Amino acid sequence: MALARRDIVQIAGLISPAYLWLTAAVFLPLSAMLYFSFLSSAPFDGSAPVFSLEHYQAFLDRPLYRGLLWKSIQLGLVVTVICVLVGFPCAWVLAKMIRGRWREALFLLVILPFWTNSLVRVFSWAILLRGNGILERGLDAVLPFDVSLNLMFSYPAVVIGLVHSYLPYVILTTYLSLQALDDSLIEAARSLGARWGTILWRIILPLAAPGIIAGAVLVFVPVVGSVLEPRILGGRAAGTFYGTVIEDQFTAVFNWPLGAALSFILLAVVLACLALTAPMLRKAQT
Amino acid sequence: MSVIAGRVFLGAVLVFLYLPIAVMALMSFNASPFYALPFEFSTTWYTRLAGNAEMQAAAARSLIIASATALIATALGTAAAIALWRFEFPGKRVLQLLLFPPIAIPWLITGTAMLIFFFSVGIGRGTPALILGHVALAIPYVIVVVAARLRTFDPVLEEAARSLGAGAWTVTRRITLPWIAPGIVAGALFAFAVSFDQFVVSYFLATPGDTTLPVLIYTAIRKGFTPEINAVSTLIILASMLLMFLVSRVFRFGGER
Repeated sequence: MALARRDIVQIAGLISPAYLWLTAAVFLPLSAMLYFSFLSSAPFDGSAPVFSLEHYQAFLDRPLYRGLLWKSIQLGLVVTVICVLVGFPCAWVLAKMIRGRWREALFLLVILPFWTNSLVRVFSWAILLRGNGILERGLDAVLPFDVSLNLMFSYPAVVIGLVHSYLPYVILTTYLSLQALDDSLIEAARSLGARWGTILWRIILPLAAPGIIAGAVLVFVPVVGSVLEPRILGGRAAGTFYGTVIEDQFTAVFNWPLGAALSFILLAVVLACLALTAPMLRKAQT
Repeated sequence: MSVIAGRVFLGAVLVFLYLPIAVMALMSFNASPFYALPFEFSTTWYTRLAGNAEMQAAAARSLIIASATALIATALGTAAAIALWRFEFPGKRVLQLLLFPPIAIPWLITGTAMLIFFFSVGIGRGTPALILGHVALAIPYVIVVVAARLRTFDPVLEEAARSLGAGAWTVTRRITLPWIAPGIVAGALFAFAVSFDQFVVSYFLATPGDTTLPVLIYTAIRKGFTPEINAVSTLIILASMLLMFLVSRVFRFGGER
């Protein structure tokens, strides 16, 4: 279809402000970071830039960085699995067991925390998980034996904080795909004598898969690059992950080129994850 | 799964989601600064907050930045969404795909990239850098929300107006914009929330002593807990919940009843 000249002017006028802004504040910065990652040191003292691969080499040579990336990927997997295992039944109950106004209200309640301040939510867990904190005292009051529960500054604390932050994503995407699932399919299978396990495995999960996978990606990607939860809930000992090491390069060590290289390696992991799941995600959109 | 077991499970998940927030809110009214029980009601920490000039300055800055972000991102995003909806043109798919990087790339990466770039070109850190960054993060959300609303709009209405002699601007102003107004309002509220709740990107772009509220709270937490943070955090949570409740009123995102 050929476009009239005035249409082209109109398209350009409407679209270019938004995309120029995105270019100036996202795409150019990402390019600048790629450029920085190949510099030996930041060129802020006026010296000529020296190109080198040393920061990528450092990632390959030093087991510290590789180990931390692996640790962050594992953390991403653990949190994603927990979110799916908890989120799927939750979405099922919302989509198939509750009707009318209640469903709308409960759905809103589930996704509301997700749009509140993430920092504040992480901080609220710190109050709960502290040794001699509210959770320990609460359990002490209910249970007949003495519990000693100091989860603060531990790996489980980081996992709890992250699950709390990202669970609503999985519930939201799974709920949307379950809502599109026709109940008569389940009834048909049931009347033909299929057991619940078979129905779940052969009908529900395949049809809900795009939504579940979309949710899983939305959890995994930010968790691999998380900084806040490890810092506040993991502390010094349990809170060192790939993301916090990148942050250190920018705020404490001031080795920006190394930070840029580590960021780009993380971006590669993220893009690989998105590319692997892209066919599924496209299905989820339609 | 029986209906009762299902409801109990959902209830347990809701407790998990709200317990920490509820405890924090409760503790902000506790007299003891060390979360000591028994609970003793007091509004000390809110009174202290009222006298904390640094906290108030940061809150004011956060509100200004979020308002500016909502205004700019909504204007630019709505214009782009209308063009993407109204026309078929080469490169449209690419433009739609380009909306995903700002949403999908972890904020840690976007934030550090912005820091490097803004520093290199002389913008540096501070309020202009924060607005520049926040608007970019919010634009894709506005486009997605407005585009969703546009999908319910029948293009025949635009054609009818045009065939009666209305120009492109009149069609947009008199026909299209009124129809998609709920989408625009929801987009603006989203944009406000993206900016007001933003921590990671702000953390890299704010200057010490000239920070947004979340960055100031983070610094305070890392220095050591003070109950004043409970109080201000409770207020923030209440504000953002109210905001999202408003969004849900103008824009139904839970699907049909």
